Amino acid sequence: MSTDSSAPRVAPAWRAPLVVIAIGSIAWWALPDQLGLLTRIAITALFVLSLDLVVGIAGLATLGHAALFGAGAYAAGLFALKASGEPLIGLAVGAGAGALLALASGAFLLRYHGFTFLMLTVAVAQIAASLAQKARDWTGGDDGLSGFTMGPLLGRFAFDLEGRTAALYAIAVLALGLYVARRVVDSPFGLAVRGIHESRARMAALGTPVLRRLLAMYTLAGALAGAAGALSAQTNAIVGLDSLSFALSAEALVMLILGGAGRLHGALIGAVVFTLLHHTAASINPYHWLFIIGAALMVVVLLPPQKAWGWLRSRLGTKA
Amino acid sequence: MSALLLETRQLDKHYGGLHVTRSVSLQLHAGDRLALIGPNGAGKTTLVNQISGTVAPSAGSVWLAGEDVTRRSQAQRVRAGLARTFQITTLAPHLPVQRQIELALFEREGLTGRAWRSIDGYPVLASEAQALLRGLGLGEHAGWPTERLAYGEQRLVELALALALRPRVLLLDEPMAGVPQGEGTRLLAALAALPKELAVLIIEHDMDLVFRFAQRIVVLAEGAVLADGTPEAIRSDPRVRAAYLGQ
Repeated sequence: MSTDSSAPRVAPAWRAPLVVIAIGSIAWWALPDQLGLLTRIAITALFVLSLDLVVGIAGLATLGHAALFGAGAYAAGLFALKASGEPLIGLAVGAGAGALLALASGAFLLRYHGFTFLMLTVAVAQIAASLAQKARDWTGGDDGLSGFTMGPLLGRFAFDLEGRTAALYAIAVLALGLYVARRVVDSPFGLAVRGIHESRARMAALGTPVLRRLLAMYTLAGALAGAAGALSAQTNAIVGLDSLSFALSAEALVMLILGGAGRLHGALIGAVVFTLLHHTAASINPYHWLFIIGAALMVVVLLPPQKAWGWLRSRLGTKA
Repeated sequence: MSALLLETRQLDKHYGGLHVTRSVSLQLHAGDRLALIGPNGAGKTTLVNQISGTVAPSAGSVWLAGEDVTRRSQAQRVRAGLARTFQITTLAPHLPVQRQIELALFEREGLTGRAWRSIDGYPVLASEAQALLRGLGLGEHAGWPTERLAYGEQRLVELALALALRPRVLLLDEPMAGVPQGEGTRLLAALAALPKELAVLIIEHDMDLVFRFAQRIVVLAEGAVLADGTPEAIRSDPRVRAAYLGQ
């Protein structure tokens, strides 16, 4: 290992997932009445994390990420309905469906850049939503896919009404997803994708197969989004058309920007802050909660991070 | 005669009625220092782009070490030993300097498909990157984001990236462009210290550098080769003086 003190180093990949497990476990123990919210936060965080791989790491702005979430949700729901209620296999099926859709759509989408890519992602998600609505026999159409029950987790822990198992399950999958994402981002492959984000021409000149690398990252993001969708299906026992909606894609992007794109943990922070703000503000005023989200977003986007940190440090009395 | 490494045969590029390069034929042998000069718009960068594979020629062919690579991708040409730098710096601004170099090393070793082991888990390559940076006087800045380097230093990193690939043929597209006078010395020293066996094609407007660096000069005008010869022959060629040096 190099001992040069000026050399850059990456943080160990287990650190952030351990923090997630610690905070998640404390919240699970301390807030037994809020386990539904905790589960929702963990699932949302996993989804936004997968979006960060596409937007923050690979530099591809997308507004169609819900298609991958929905694919995972419907696949896991259908698997539970038609084949087996075993949650972990269902989770793998959901992740596989998300990855497969990402691979198939990415092979076409990733040939385009910028606004063309952005618009095409919207189009793919709209087509997926439209197909789900038409295929009533499979998806339940507007009524949603329901009527499936989940078996006990690992053959022992049944999904209870209070949502205790569901919350721990979602937190564990989020931690695992974060670990995988961290490892991949800090690998030579992840570095190459970050290089493509910052300078596509330079990476091509180094001999990087740009399209292939982007497609691999997009497929991994699809797997994580699909896993998040599967978790949502399994813990709610219903899959609605909203899991493929434009609003879900847009909200995830807002969360990512709120927390800071390209760092992975920013996705988690954004998801927690947004979902808590949504939850709290909506209970105070169900019609105007978006004002608060909008104001928070404006502050984050307009205030440069260095300035915000400087202000915070001066308030805390430490040197900038 | 040393080995013929790069050859273009009657390279032609036109966009509709606009001819950017016309039947350009060049040869580059191991150890050659060839400068490509010509007024703005003469087609120099388009020629380099055709050689490196980012622009497909309308006609003609590109040969690398005796192989026709005209239909090969840019990545395949890099693997065949061709590296280039850009006229405008194209580094990743936020990545630490050492990571940029490591990217080139990972690519050279065919490791950028590896998606599990940490980038810190390749100590031999990390040492190589640090040695390369130290050789260019950038060792202390290894952990800096690239955008914090002075422009002249960024041009050095551009050169280091290309050298990290261990190319046999190096295309330098205006390495001194935009470099302030005071920062150019290290870059000049780095150019003078390029491996002897490397075949180098340099595009440059700085005539002092061109006449000091090149053993041979090709003058391009309106997309075609106007003259090809030693610096002395080019300096005294009346056609070149008329077309390029304005005399």
